[in-house]
Amino acid sequence: MSETTVAPTTTETEAPQKGFIGINVPRKEDQRLVQGEGLFVDDVKRHGMAYVHFVRSPYAHARILSVDVSKAEELDGVYGTLTGDEVATLTDPFFQIAPLPGGHVKDYALAAGKVRHVGEPVVAVAATTRELARDAAELVEVEYEALEAIVDTERAADPDAPQLHDDVPNNTIWDGHFDYGDYDGALEAADKVVRIKRLHFNRFSSTPLETSGAVVEYNRGTGQWTLHCNNQFPGFAIIMMAPALRTGMDKLRFVTQDIGGGFGNKICTHPQLVALCLLSRKLKRACNWTEWRTDQHMANSHGNERLFLDVEVPVTDDGLMLGFRARMIDDCGAYTRYEPLGCIIWAQVTPGVYRWRNVRVEFQQVCSNKSPCGPNRGYSRMQHLWFTERIMDIVAQELNLDPVEVRKKNYIRSEEMPYETPNGCVYDSGDYARCLDKALELIDYGSIEERRREAESRGKLLGVGIGSTLDSGTNNFGQSQLVNPDLQFSGNNEVATVKLDIFGEIVVTIGTTPQGQGHETTAAQVVADILGVTPDMVNVRAGHDSYWNSHAGFSGTYASQFAVTGLGAVKGAADMLAGEIKRLAGGVLGGVPPEDIELAEGFARIKGNPEAALPFMACGAIVNANNAGLPLELRDITLNCRYVYVPPHQVPDKERKFGNLTLTYATQIHACVIEIDEETGAYDIVDYGAVDDCGIRINPQIVEGQVHGATAHAIGGATHEHFPYDEQGNLLTPNFYDYHVPHAMDMPPLKTDYLESPSPFTPLGAKGMGEGGGAGLSAVCSAIQNALRSAGGAIVYDSCNPYWRVWELMSEPAKARENVTVEAR
Amino acid sequence: MQPVTSAFVTVTVNGTTYEREVDARRLLVHFLRDDLDLTGTHIGCDTGNCGACTILFNGQNVKSCMVLAVQADGADITTVEGLAGDGELTPLQKAFSHSHALQCGYCTPGMLISATALLRQNPSPTEDEIRKALQGNLCRCTGYVNIVEAVQTAAKGGL
Repeated sequence: MSETTVAPTTTETEAPQKGFIGINVPRKEDQRLVQGEGLFVDDVKRHGMAYVHFVRSPYAHARILSVDVSKAEELDGVYGTLTGDEVATLTDPFFQIAPLPGGHVKDYALAAGKVRHVGEPVVAVAATTRELARDAAELVEVEYEALEAIVDTERAADPDAPQLHDDVPNNTIWDGHFDYGDYDGALEAADKVVRIKRLHFNRFSSTPLETSGAVVEYNRGTGQWTLHCNNQFPGFAIIMMAPALRTGMDKLRFVTQDIGGGFGNKICTHPQLVALCLLSRKLKRACNWTEWRTDQHMANSHGNERLFLDVEVPVTDDGLMLGFRARMIDDCGAYTRYEPLGCIIWAQVTPGVYRWRNVRVEFQQVCSNKSPCGPNRGYSRMQHLWFTERIMDIVAQELNLDPVEVRKKNYIRSEEMPYETPNGCVYDSGDYARCLDKALELIDYGSIEERRREAESRGKLLGVGIGSTLDSGTNNFGQSQLVNPDLQFSGNNEVATVKLDIFGEIVVTIGTTPQGQGHETTAAQVVADILGVTPDMVNVRAGHDSYWNSHAGFSGTYASQFAVTGLGAVKGAADMLAGEIKRLAGGVLGGVPPEDIELAEGFARIKGNPEAALPFMACGAIVNANNAGLPLELRDITLNCRYVYVPPHQVPDKERKFGNLTLTYATQIHACVIEIDEETGAYDIVDYGAVDDCGIRINPQIVEGQVHGATAHAIGGATHEHFPYDEQGNLLTPNFYDYHVPHAMDMPPLKTDYLESPSPFTPLGAKGMGEGGGAGLSAVCSAIQNALRSAGGAIVYDSCNPYWRVWELMSEPAKARENVTVEAR
Repeated sequence: MQPVTSAFVTVTVNGTTYEREVDARRLLVHFLRDDLDLTGTHIGCDTGNCGACTILFNGQNVKSCMVLAVQADGADITTVEGLAGDGELTPLQKAFSHSHALQCGYCTPGMLISATALLRQNPSPTEDEIRKALQGNLCRCTGYVNIVEAVQTAAKGGL
């Protein structure tokens, strides 16, 4: 067994000439979207379509004693209903990722026997209009026997806590031990040990503006369902749904076009999609379901809530941190769905951006009577990276170290790249110290002390904060085996086809499901450079359709990977097509070797003799419609090329939980300045700088747009966005009144800068990106703590700090400070 | 006496006049989307917060989920589909694309309508005035940076 990870093979494919790659090509998608001519899921209509409304549980935890749909079905205009009993008869529970006993969770499309969170779907009702479906849902009578609910993460594993699932003792879905380096040795070597009792990462989500939905049709002749939907990971949904529906994968045709934001929250819609499949088959008509905003908040997909307990950080006198130890409890809500993958995904970035070599973590995931969790922009890594940045600031404060210098001292250095982390992940490239310098320049760090004094004169406490993320992308699904050794998933893939049609049209299909990331545009840029045309001449089909045969097991848009997997597939297919065009043209132009043919301006022409050229239209026509004259040796040419990009992953070592868990690690370093009102605790972010390094940028404007958006999510999560529950398990922020997302007045001016450290492991030197918001979350927390130094020195211990919490930190700093102790050795 | 549950309305939308019988409780946004098939106007919440459904109602920007269809009887409405005349994009639509002021495009129709209403009332708004005018429109993709820039660009007559 090798002691170290084998670094991925450095890619040696020929980089396309840079013409359109790297410039701000206007987006192809915009023309339709600015005219309201996009096709979002609720825009899809079918003759005689039924509108579906879910009857949802008003209880956080209850036994279902009886369900009576008769009054609803009698209502004029109601097509029919679907109950939990029907679902439990017609389907099998969804496949569980967790090993036993967590794998005993039985999850169906509708609640069967018991409800486990407020808002859980219990019955589906279909009617002629949305309004009528809602009326009919009111007539469904469900008798419940209320049970005690558990909402407190820390108490969920108590033996006397209410148990959610049969045969899942202590509500514990998963637990595991991670031990890297020599933690005991690090403790011995330390001059000081800083201990933090408790840090809490808050429950919130990205709340895409378009809620989840689908229009599902059933073809009785072929037994195939067509799902027009906005699910962002069809590869995963089909794997979950086909066995549950007792059908083959090909019977589930997924179609997406425009999706109104996803951010991970649209990965786990498979339960509702199964209910719609059953209903459309039962009622013999297309069924539309569009989630209400309230339902999206109560029952869709929250970001994981995580506790970090008994944190211990060994430090040397010169400020070098040797690692950390912690107990982490992750709360996944009522059902597991994508979980417990969050229990391993944090380990992609175990030491964050720091050179910490010794790490010991006890990780536990519990379930509770709250909405199920699922991937949410920065999934599982954001929580962990926030924790690493909290450590950095708390240790710096307690040991009186400069927050900039201590970071630079502990950052992994650019000359150490590719850098292997203690658990075998290989950071591909990056220069964190330079990114920090650029971020500090953006906020004019040199003038901070002067600005601090000026702010004080206005009754404001000024604070400066720094945060980082590693936006790890192109997952190695082999990491799933580290939570469940019996799973048979590893690696990753994405598919594209590029073809040249009869009239010379270049047509691209991809297996991805973009939600605003501009895939049509960036794919066209790559193809244009390879085929020597302009992006306008490249037709990229919008969205995903399983009928295109351009999808594979991991197809979708999630986890920061399009620039690697999606464009890797596009590049591969375009390279194949370029090769075929050159062979064809060489043959037609009189036996010229392909290497002497160049592609430019829509022609295949002999190098050095541009007069001898075959237009693409002729190439397309010859192969597709006039091929009888082709010599035999050219008849294998189809001009329709399919390429599957497979990243160079290996199966991780299950025993040691060791290996490279993802291919690329884009960097974000953010810095911000805040001013807190001394009287009230209200604060404003007055300056903000974000530096992003995602390797080669295909379209800089799109990259910057992702930086802006991720930062807005971070600022929302750091300041207001919160899914709190009362003791009975009622969500207190089930709509945009109570759940405050940043609007235009809330957002500070954002300044951005970038670095390009090409990835040596990817086809285009690019890295996936878009999930780097966590840096902002950390930066805001860091700035609040910095501002409070002169007001009692409270420790910021929660990721979400609304004004009232800052007020608490100012009023009772000693209480927050109880959280931290320093031991001199 | 039977309660009245529906009514006939005459509404002009993007220059076309429609006469329809509608349920008394039907929201204007559902009337536009489901009855007239003008699906460019979007829905992002149940509470009037998000602004994705913003339309021009007799020249005033209004959230169409906060109005009943029967209240629109006699109204002159412009939706996002009615902004570009004869296929020529408005300066705002061009600026939104140029400045990358849209990603998923879901909030864009409402943003464009609110920005259109703003520029009609105030052709040279300051950044603060733009942000204030758009605060009823939520965007979860852009952080508003490029949206504000696009409105400024359109106001300056660029593009």
